[in-house]
Amino acid sequence: MNPGAKIDVAIVSFGQLPSRRRHIDRQEVELVQPVVTDALRAAGLTKADIGFFVSGSADYLIGRPFSFVTALDGVAPWPPIRESHVEMDGAWALAEAYLRLQHGDIDTALVYCYGKSSLGEIRDLLVAQLDPYYVAPLWPDAVSMAALQARVLLDQGRCSERDMAEVAARNRKRAAGNPNAQVAGDFDVDAILAQPYLVSPLRKHDCPPISDGACAVVLATGDRARDLCERPAWIRGIDHRVEAHSLGVRDLASSASTKRAAKEAGAGAAAIDVAELHAPFSHQEIILRDAIGLGDDVDVNPSGGALAANPVMVAGLTRIGEAARRIHDGTAKRALAHATSGPCLQQNLVCVMEAG
Amino acid sequence: MSGDPITKPITKPITKIETHVRFDFTITAGKHLTSYLRGLARKQILGARCDSCAKVYVPSRGSCPTCGVPTSGEVELSDRGTVTTFCIINIPFGRMPFDPPYAAAAILLDGSDIPIFHLVRGIPVDEVRMGMRVKAAWVANDQLAPTLQSIQWFEPTGESDAPFESYADHL
Repeated sequence: MNPGAKIDVAIVSFGQLPSRRRHIDRQEVELVQPVVTDALRAAGLTKADIGFFVSGSADYLIGRPFSFVTALDGVAPWPPIRESHVEMDGAWALAEAYLRLQHGDIDTALVYCYGKSSLGEIRDLLVAQLDPYYVAPLWPDAVSMAALQARVLLDQGRCSERDMAEVAARNRKRAAGNPNAQVAGDFDVDAILAQPYLVSPLRKHDCPPISDGACAVVLATGDRARDLCERPAWIRGIDHRVEAHSLGVRDLASSASTKRAAKEAGAGAAAIDVAELHAPFSHQEIILRDAIGLGDDVDVNPSGGALAANPVMVAGLTRIGEAARRIHDGTAKRALAHATSGPCLQQNLVCVMEAG
Repeated sequence: MSGDPITKPITKPITKIETHVRFDFTITAGKHLTSYLRGLARKQILGARCDSCAKVYVPSRGSCPTCGVPTSGEVELSDRGTVTTFCIINIPFGRMPFDPPYAAAAILLDGSDIPIFHLVRGIPVDEVRMGMRVKAAWVANDQLAPTLQSIQWFEPTGESDAPFESYADHL
């Protein structure tokens, strides 16, 4: 995506709500308002300074049409603002904001997203994204679809159930340092492997928690970014790719779309210090590491990733925000963030950020 | 999931399939809408004030849409107000509350800065007008519930009409 980019864009601030199994006292506006306020405050901006607003959410989660319009009250849309929405994870809203900033007529954008996975049966609800003729009528729930993918990976000898348990244990351990995570702590790999299957070959630990949450990011261009942030996280490459809708024509054990997005985003141009991968299921981290070509020297998911908190429509932008945060605080010079959408890693976005 | 098993070869082309979809949700109203709904069960109409611009919103969704700050301080509003605008429903539809014609109106409750939408009854529809003063017709006390249906409709108070300037900014 970036060869044509003429304008440098950076993430200058990030705000998020702690993920919870249920934010029972918060509807859309009450989810959005605090994270938008936090992100603006961290950048020293007010709503009037923002050139463009864009959000990511899914009305299916809330169970009512135009939930994203209701949510607008949380960003103070009066007097009128320039605003857009994607029915996608906030990571894709950020991709739109990045493109919008390339027009050059504005120098700031605010991206926000929210998700309440707790209101319906999220496993079943995600069936609505499948092919409505041949697949959805069979009601393959989201965990079963992921299990199918894990089975292919195991059968090909690409990983073991122990490898998957180690991914789960490591992410939850890292999440102990993240106050916004939902599932954190020390889990013993042997104890995990002694647990029964939830949907074979996945155990409960291989699956993400059900989460409600929200987050927001402020983007700024060139000198404006340097004014607003001591160490802006410059987006050096961002790309997203989609694979076929039909699972039957895909190689589920690899991720061609992630590989391509990582290449187009320039992931391999220099060493990566930190990577935040949106892998809701343990085996998907193994697929993603392979697709991006991440070595063992890369610090993967210091936040705990989506296995520690998985608000649907939010977990992807959270990866970008968490990776940017590590450039802001000086722990990383070059960071990669990944977001996914669709069944079995169907769509993937890769964003590469650098300091200075 | 149901239907008769197919036992004979299908000879005609299949041009249509039915796939049934049902999702159940447990909706939570959120903190601010909950206090508004609970108020209605006590025969109270509760709004909230923006600390920054002092506007009162009913129901409050927790944020001032102009200032972007959380609303605070519950404000109890009058169950009387002014019709700011209205329409007459003449065409019947599935879930209509009454036989047409009947009036639906935007009503600016006294003390509020945003109108609510409700029905206006107790007056011939051709006499419903902008500026008309109305009051809530509540259901019987034992019928009160956390819903706007605790108010059956609004009806004229008999007061003289409010001047246009008093609601011009709230249309």
